[in-house]
Amino acid sequence: MGTRTPPPFERFLSEHGATVMRFLVVAVGSAHADDVYQETFLSALRAYPKVRDDGRLDRWILRIASRTAIDHHRRVAKGPTPTPMPPDRAVHDPEPLDDGLRDAVAALPAKQRIAVVLRHVMDRPYDEIAEVLGSTEEAARANVSAGLKSLRERVG
Amino acid sequence: MSHELQTISIEEAQARAERADTALREAAEAAGLVDVAVGTMPSPVGELYLAVTRKGLACIAFEEQDRDGLERRFAQELSPRVVASARATDAVRRQLDEYFGGARHAFELDLDRRLMSPFVEKVLAATAAVPFGEVSSYGAVASRIRRPNAARAVGAALGTNPIPIVVPCHRIVGANGKLTGYAGGLDRKEFLLHLEGDPTLFATS
Repeated sequence: MGTRTPPPFERFLSEHGATVMRFLVVAVGSAHADDVYQETFLSALRAYPKVRDDGRLDRWILRIASRTAIDHHRRVAKGPTPTPMPPDRAVHDPEPLDDGLRDAVAALPAKQRIAVVLRHVMDRPYDEIAEVLGSTEEAARANVSAGLKSLRERVG
Repeated sequence: MSHELQTISIEEAQARAERADTALREAAEAAGLVDVAVGTMPSPVGELYLAVTRKGLACIAFEEQDRDGLERRFAQELSPRVVASARATDAVRRQLDEYFGGARHAFELDLDRRLMSPFVEKVLAATAAVPFGEVSSYGAVASRIRRPNAARAVGAALGTNPIPIVVPCHRIVGANGKLTGYAGGLDRKEFLLHLEGDPTLFATS
């Protein structure tokens, strides 16, 4: 068969749910992770009948998660009270980022933040980060290093 | 830097994702994005697995059947939007509960017949005409579809019935009244016929 139907959605969800959640907890913060998670998989479900399984559906869902996270940041930035990712004590986090680093990550421009998280939390290669961001590999590297640079400056 | 950005463990992410999946499934259902709703229910013949589409009930499977394999088939032949949804399977559950409780003799459910080949669909349509409390034979079904020599093919077709119980293939028995075969096992066939009052070929036809 030349074109392959994707796996049943339930199976896809159980294969990739944890990875997406882990990514989003850092990318948008623990308090917003559940909402963005739902939005991500609803987008995936909308597109799902037309998706071809090329063996890289992990990249596909991470790309959707990244775009949804970037949209989320833009919405938050436009909102009446621009509160970048409030530190949340209510949600259980066994290894929370310390507040300084958390705020610093939250303050990064969306693309830098996603790029840093993909590189240093998800251990993704630059070509994939470029694909996710819809940029060149050079731009992806630049986003990661600019993000790291301002993290170092802020956290010291 | 990399170690400082470590966040929740994969196990914690897994648990949190599973909690979020419950809300996700409800939102998917509300948004009309579930093409094949799947769920399970307890029954006297073991846990039943149900699959319902917009056209109707597409599949009932007994507990030992390979659900992964079935769902891959749904993805290929129905839609890959296979999502667990109790709400979508509720009507079927209610009628099956009534049937097992003795309060229902006929099902009023729309059926999705896309998992049946044309021949199987013909055989099962003839089978559906056998009412509660009666049985028929493979040969009689073969005659009814105008293939009088195809009793064996009828038996094979019944064995692939994707909607057992509701499409009552358990009501088809050997010409001598013996139960012969059942995809869900002869114990279940016997149980279902007993529930329906132990009909015999000779008493009814």
